[in-house]
Amino acid sequence: MDIASIVKELNLTVACGDEFLSREVTGGYVGDLLSDVMANSQAGYLWITRQTHQNVVAVASLKDLAGIILVQGKGPENDTREKATNEGVPILVTKLSSFETAGKLYKLIV
Amino acid sequence: MRLNHEESFTIQGGNFLDAGEVSIHIKRMLQDMGVAPEILRRVAIATYESEINIISYATWGVIHIQVSPEEVVIDVDDEGPGIEDIELAMQVGYSTATDKIREMGFGAGMGFPNIKHCSDSFEVTSKVNKGTHLKIKFKMQQTDTTES
Repeated sequence: MDIASIVKELNLTVACGDEFLSREVTGGYVGDLLSDVMANSQAGYLWITRQTHQNVVAVASLKDLAGIILVQGKGPENDTREKATNEGVPILVTKLSSFETAGKLYKLIV
Repeated sequence: MRLNHEESFTIQGGNFLDAGEVSIHIKRMLQDMGVAPEILRRVAIATYESEINIISYATWGVIHIQVSPEEVVIDVDDEGPGIEDIELAMQVGYSTATDKIREMGFGAGMGFPNIKHCSDSFEVTSKVNKGTHLKIKFKMQQTDTTES
């Protein structure tokens, strides 16, 4: 399933990276510890996190993640958005918690 | 494929704003050289954790990368506090990170274990109050140490 369909199904807000929404999502990972995500996420995954600072962008880029979903309605900081746009990392925002987001995403793509 | 290359990157301690930039640069460089995605993703984990370690703990440091048709060798040298007990630092969950570092999602005590897991060979030497040296190697052929 591509990111655009997930945005629609989960009613996500696209904070940046509109041009990458056709990217295929192969799975997901939930984590707020960056080393955990570095170790355990896979290319093509959507990363669900509550970290909104710009360091999330490098992790997503290095691991070839499909994109990032920020939870609890907290959007990216301005420099995060800027960096993500430059690196080609779409950032999506939801009002839901990590638990609810992961549950819904799991139902959609697994 | 241009598979012989050497380059050094300097990293300032404390500069979390640019954390990961050097690793992204190295990954793109390896990509352009035609290195297999499986290898460059593992190298990315190692350089990223090394970079974060320098930024979190050292005054400054250098990541040196050497690429040949047989292997990728990464040498990391920093000037900083050094590590008193390397065995302890290799254990998952052990970290001396400050609260500020932890709040950003770093300092989970996974840096060295991640490097060890993703690489084919990993050596740490350190002198307290001087600095730390890491030597990390990746064989170009496929191995069993994938990031699963």
